[in-house]
Amino acid sequence: MTTPVATSELHRLEEPRRGFSLGQYLTCLMGVVWREGLRFLHQRERFISALVRPLVWLLIFAAGFRSVLGVSIIPPYDTYVLYEEYITPGLVAMIQLFNGMQSSLSMVYDREMGNMRILLVSPLPRWFILVSKLMAGTAVSVIQVYAYLLIAWLWGIEPPKLGYVTVLPALVMSGMMLGALGMLLSSMIKQLENFAGVMNFVIFPMFFASSALYPLWRVQETSPILYVICQLNPFTYAVELIRFALYCQVDWKSLGIVFGCTAVFLAGALIAYDPSKGLIGRRGAA
Amino acid sequence: MSCAPALLIEHVTHAYGERVALDDVSFTVARGSCTALLGLNGAGKTTLFSLVTRLFAARRGRISVFGFDIDRDPGEALRRLGVVFQARTLDLDLSVAQNLRYHAALHGLGRREATARGAEMLARMELSGRAGEKARHLSGGQMRRVEIARALLHAPRLLVLDEPTVGLDINSRAGILRHLRALVAQTGLTVLWATHLLDEVEPTDEVVVLHKGRILATGSAQVVIAAQGKKDIGGAFSALIAEPATADAESPQ
Repeated sequence: MTTPVATSELHRLEEPRRGFSLGQYLTCLMGVVWREGLRFLHQRERFISALVRPLVWLLIFAAGFRSVLGVSIIPPYDTYVLYEEYITPGLVAMIQLFNGMQSSLSMVYDREMGNMRILLVSPLPRWFILVSKLMAGTAVSVIQVYAYLLIAWLWGIEPPKLGYVTVLPALVMSGMMLGALGMLLSSMIKQLENFAGVMNFVIFPMFFASSALYPLWRVQETSPILYVICQLNPFTYAVELIRFALYCQVDWKSLGIVFGCTAVFLAGALIAYDPSKGLIGRRGAA
Repeated sequence: MSCAPALLIEHVTHAYGERVALDDVSFTVARGSCTALLGLNGAGKTTLFSLVTRLFAARRGRISVFGFDIDRDPGEALRRLGVVFQARTLDLDLSVAQNLRYHAALHGLGRREATARGAEMLARMELSGRAGEKARHLSGGQMRRVEIARALLHAPRLLVLDEPTVGLDINSRAGILRHLRALVAQTGLTVLWATHLLDEVEPTDEVVVLHKGRILATGSAQVVIAAQGKKDIGGAFSALIAEPATADAESPQ
């Protein structure tokens, strides 16, 4: 139907090579991480609030409750610890929880603003693009965590020095799990305004119904039902994975559950963002 | 693949729930052509673009780009495709150069190649001096030209644009269309652009008329005008959407 141009004129645009090299995958990953990093640098308020939130818990809440709440000797601690020391892994996980949800917020924002489309029309596989996005968000959360741990150290929270290294893989794992959960949620949120529901129905219940603020044996003593809920909460295992890793130990049960939950949440997010299966196409709101 | 059309759309149907947005749509876009997808607001143009760019998958039918099926071989299809969406998609907090670099990375282009290609595309769009400026400081027309430069960064062979001139002043509109036509003439690029602004169509352009999710006519603008017995594309378009049952300039393929 349309008028073709003479074949001789078409050589000016070269036929691209087929397939993608490992270098191209790495370039894409680095580009997504770089962009997420730039966005983070542009949003200084986000960095400050990411630090202030756990510091309020550490410097005010924990200091106030120090004399009220005692923590007996439980693994991974080999002695009595102050309450501030106990809740530090929980606050680290809280930073990652908020960051994961904030990443999902930015995905909803990008979708509303149209930026998301640029990501989704990349010729690289969509699963790779989404995993890159997840890794970028995790990298940002790890930077926030180390900034917090530095301030906590100045406050006297001093885990073993090697713990700052051994906690890194745990932070990556928990960051990926919480980021994947945020990504899955972002596919279900149609408008930015609906995000307040995530605060009320995801962040607060996950944080409070976990071992972040109090050991589970204490919860079991006071409320067996809450204890079961805490045990069903994946965030509990992220907290415990970080707690043990910060003291140079591995909690294998937590590691397995965090790994499994990451796989489930990520699979859900990949399906949700799949053009033929996901919710986005059905709603027409990519 | 060597003789496949730039874009092949075969019996594509898509619905949002019960609402049918596209109904058995078929047409082809030949290599090296400049094709206007004409339709009123709500005709289904944006849905069609979303399917061509694989934001969603069609409920039924097949779409291929230079012979690569968008569902079965999306990587090869998408790397041959440059896209300019109707909504602004620049990251306003990034500079023009950073927006281009991000897009280049998403296509696997290394930094050196991205910088060189970006400079070339910005020069082509007469935006060489704006690379360091934040996107939010550009005018609407300049943003659109940056988006076109960005869409061309990975050297696609088919450029699709969804209402690229909407909301722009007359000079910006003319400038963008001039750039697009120059690209087609100079590089052999294939262009498909959706518009409801009929005065943008030139007699030598190809047109596809989409109305209420169905194709009413395809062919060169001259042929469509002549088939309707009208003087210009505006008259032909009005006649087509008024009498869809009898207004076939050419049967949909």
